[in-house]
Amino acid sequence: MFSSNVLKLDAAHETARIAEAIRTQVVATLHRRGAVVGLSGGIDSSVVAALAAHALGKDKVLGLLMPEHHSSEDALRLGRAAAESLGIEVIVEDIAPALESAGCYRRQEEAIRELVPSYRTDWKCKLSLPSILEGNRLNISRLTVQSPTGDVQTVRLTPTTYWQLVAATNYKQRIRKVTEYYHADRLQYAVAGTPNRLEYDQGFFVKQGDGAADFKPIVHLYKTQVYQLAEHLGIPAEIRARPPTTDTFSMPQTQEEFYFALPYQRMDLCLYAFNHQIPTAIVAEAVDLTPEQVERVFKDIVAKRRATHYLHQAALTVESVGEV
Amino acid sequence: MTIRNQVRAFIIENFYVADPGGLADGESLLERGIIDSTGVLEVISFLEQHFGVEVEDGELTPENLDSVANISTFVASKLSDDRTELAAEAAQ
Repeated sequence: MFSSNVLKLDAAHETARIAEAIRTQVVATLHRRGAVVGLSGGIDSSVVAALAAHALGKDKVLGLLMPEHHSSEDALRLGRAAAESLGIEVIVEDIAPALESAGCYRRQEEAIRELVPSYRTDWKCKLSLPSILEGNRLNISRLTVQSPTGDVQTVRLTPTTYWQLVAATNYKQRIRKVTEYYHADRLQYAVAGTPNRLEYDQGFFVKQGDGAADFKPIVHLYKTQVYQLAEHLGIPAEIRARPPTTDTFSMPQTQEEFYFALPYQRMDLCLYAFNHQIPTAIVAEAVDLTPEQVERVFKDIVAKRRATHYLHQAALTVESVGEV
Repeated sequence: MTIRNQVRAFIIENFYVADPGGLADGESLLERGIIDSTGVLEVISFLEQHFGVEVEDGELTPENLDSVANISTFVASKLSDDRTELAAEAAQ
């Protein structure tokens, strides 16, 4: 019977397997002396840091906390908690000044003011997608803004506004990656990537931002499985209990609201089912949706893969350079 | 130029269509990978600016926007509604 059991793994065995892979990749293949992990306070980066510490030793892992103006207060606190629980060194790098001087915040606000002229620096915003479960509506991003007095407004984006807002926001992930590579270069460490399978598959990362790394130890794991490893590795309970967030825009939002059709538990099962050609009727029963809704989720999986194909492409060349 | 030809020209000029001559009017632009969700925003923007029609949230459906034929029918219907509304206002 198809159920969430298909995603159950032997956490101890998988931890050992990943740790062995990390040692081989970081030391033997990359000739690096340790690992840098950007810690967001979320489950994925916490698990990656724990795996790296398990594989290489806690004194060979550097955790970076990289808050900016729009970061949640929890992110810094929980990132620090993860580092402390692992006994790894942690450095706080406030990337807000770098984002300011790069024009990240100014360009975000400029884009938003094209649609909401009254938007100011002390307002908050987020992007969201409507639920594809409710009907046949096309999946179009919306912008929600909130004034300091609490007034909320939601508007449909235009293509230029959407592109500029996303491009400006992408500075955050890219500046974080630049910072990770600074520390990796000075320590001769490798940079760990923290995407899980769902994020990687569905293009939920920034090209040359959080999508860039020297090794990605959990990219083959469904998010549900990352949580299983988190429990096995002793990641603090508060981190394990926290719903996945984007922590990218100034208004709080879940990953489901921003990008995925469903909460990760059901999204993982649908992705697994799609990858293994499980009939929609059987999937529907397991995820408590109608077969029509499952079909919409499957179509959305395909659509996102197609739309984010560009993010996965390495640099294209006229001809290969076989010597390297 | 007919609405259909204007819509077809917009799609071919603004998105990558591997075989423009082979693009059937009824073919799903989303399923063929010609447009994605941001592409839909571009189509909406084109309809609003080029034809002067307003696309309501409830009209954001594949039946209205996911093929050259559907888009053309949708635009024609909107323009016809607008003309009917103008005529009614003029008669008052």
